[in-house]
Amino acid sequence: MAGSDSGLKEIHLNLPATSSEVAALEPGTIVYLTGLVYTARERVYQKVLTEGADLPVDLRGISNVNFHCSPAAAADGKGGYTIGGVTATASFRFSKWMPEWLDLTGTRIVIGKGGMPQKDYERVLAPRGAIYLTTVGYGTGALLGRGIKRVRDVFWLEELGLAQAMWLFEVEKFGPFIVDSDLQGQSLFARHGEQINQGLGKLYEGLSPPALHRYGETDDREDELM
Amino acid sequence: MIEVAKIESAAYEIMKRAAIHIPSDYKNGIKEMQRTETGPLPRFVLHTMVSNWDAADEDQRPMCADTGLPRYYVKVGNDARLDEGFIGLERALRRATAQATHDVPLRPNRVHPLWRTEHNNNVGINAPEIEWSFEPDVDWVDVTTVHKGGLFGTDYRMLFPGDGIDGIKRFVLDTLIAFGKRGLACQPAIVGVGIGGSKDTCMQLGKQAACLRTVGDRNPDPKIAELEMELMTLGNSIGMGAMGFVGSSMVIDCHIEVGYTHTGGMPVSVHTFCLSSRRATARLHSDGTVEYRTDPQWFTPYMRRESIEWPDQTAV
Repeated sequence: MAGSDSGLKEIHLNLPATSSEVAALEPGTIVYLTGLVYTARERVYQKVLTEGADLPVDLRGISNVNFHCSPAAAADGKGGYTIGGVTATASFRFSKWMPEWLDLTGTRIVIGKGGMPQKDYERVLAPRGAIYLTTVGYGTGALLGRGIKRVRDVFWLEELGLAQAMWLFEVEKFGPFIVDSDLQGQSLFARHGEQINQGLGKLYEGLSPPALHRYGETDDREDELM
Repeated sequence: MIEVAKIESAAYEIMKRAAIHIPSDYKNGIKEMQRTETGPLPRFVLHTMVSNWDAADEDQRPMCADTGLPRYYVKVGNDARLDEGFIGLERALRRATAQATHDVPLRPNRVHPLWRTEHNNNVGINAPEIEWSFEPDVDWVDVTTVHKGGLFGTDYRMLFPGDGIDGIKRFVLDTLIAFGKRGLACQPAIVGVGIGGSKDTCMQLGKQAACLRTVGDRNPDPKIAELEMELMTLGNSIGMGAMGFVGSSMVIDCHIEVGYTHTGGMPVSVHTFCLSSRRATARLHSDGTVEYRTDPQWFTPYMRRESIEWPDQTAV
């Protein structure tokens, strides 16, 4: 659909994704998903990995896709939930939990906003057979909301709140997403970032620097700012 | 007389409109950028965003699930009278926020900053923010809501007069590059630049410039208008597009607002209003009618007045 006029490669996957399907994904490919996806972010990671809580459901048996997201959702008064928009949140904040989390859950696809540092792909995700999909935009909340057909379950809702709870979503043609990392640990974001960096010097040419520097421009606390 | 009950229902309505419908000025601007964007990946992103706005319209669901920090800007006509006064108005806006959070639904983003506790309704201490301004010789009240995420894309810096326009350009570039990588600023964005005032005014002006002016609007000072265009061109020459991919669309428009500042300083703030630039305004008239629009019309000549008296003696 969305990729039709872009010249970009487009793939539809049924979940849980197999190892060979994950291995075939290349950075820059557009992906749509059908199956079961779960959400987990900092409070779920803390609860399970730091506080030692048991997983509320056997993820290995049902879903290998971790979505860094919190939905705009509300109870519908009939025991279910209305899902409005769905958008990812920035994943770099969660990278410290990834090694243990992937080992514990067998997650093979991580979806979020903005990717993770390439080192995480090389050292953490790729060796565990996992790749990263980024959402598009960002803020395709309505399109992703459409892709969620049903809330299968939600855990720790009262304790962690709507945004941090663990949701299980049944999804259909859920996307689009863009493959950021592959099983070689390559990163689409890193590749584009490097290319843009090459032009930055020229951009600043002729613009004299301000008189007062800022903390943060150097890590040396003994430096003066002027 | 303007009834507070009317204000509450209008505030509820603009909460809904802002969350679901992208303002047409922004949408048209993005459609224009689709034609000029040089990178295939950023072009795909813009294409997808347009589909997303269509889906939001059709399904009546929020365009982005991060419905940001819902807040209000209220402009009160000098001749407007409220049946329950300003306290009643503030109460109405808090009620509308809670109700809309449940009904639309909006994400209940607001939590206590330290204890992370929440009421699941986007209301709490100092939330939603309500900023006030006034307008002479009219009897209406304008209520504008803005839903903006708040984690990335904003910065403040104390520059000095000697740093000149170069200093401003460097700082805008620094901010756009830093937050543009991986698209954390959710660009192409409306870039608001606040120049002058004290530190808090500077932040406020930049934020209002980004959120309360429409794509294509120019500052009435021709030299500032020229600088707006120059900063926009500069941002679009970084070589970066949507999501930080190689491309050409960073800045959909640039708006600058200024405030008189300390003679020794030139504080500057930069704010980016994202691919889900959500704003909606209701005008409540004294006869009970309500009009809705997407241009907040916040920066009136009165807001930018320079002299003691109004009307400005020098302008007459």
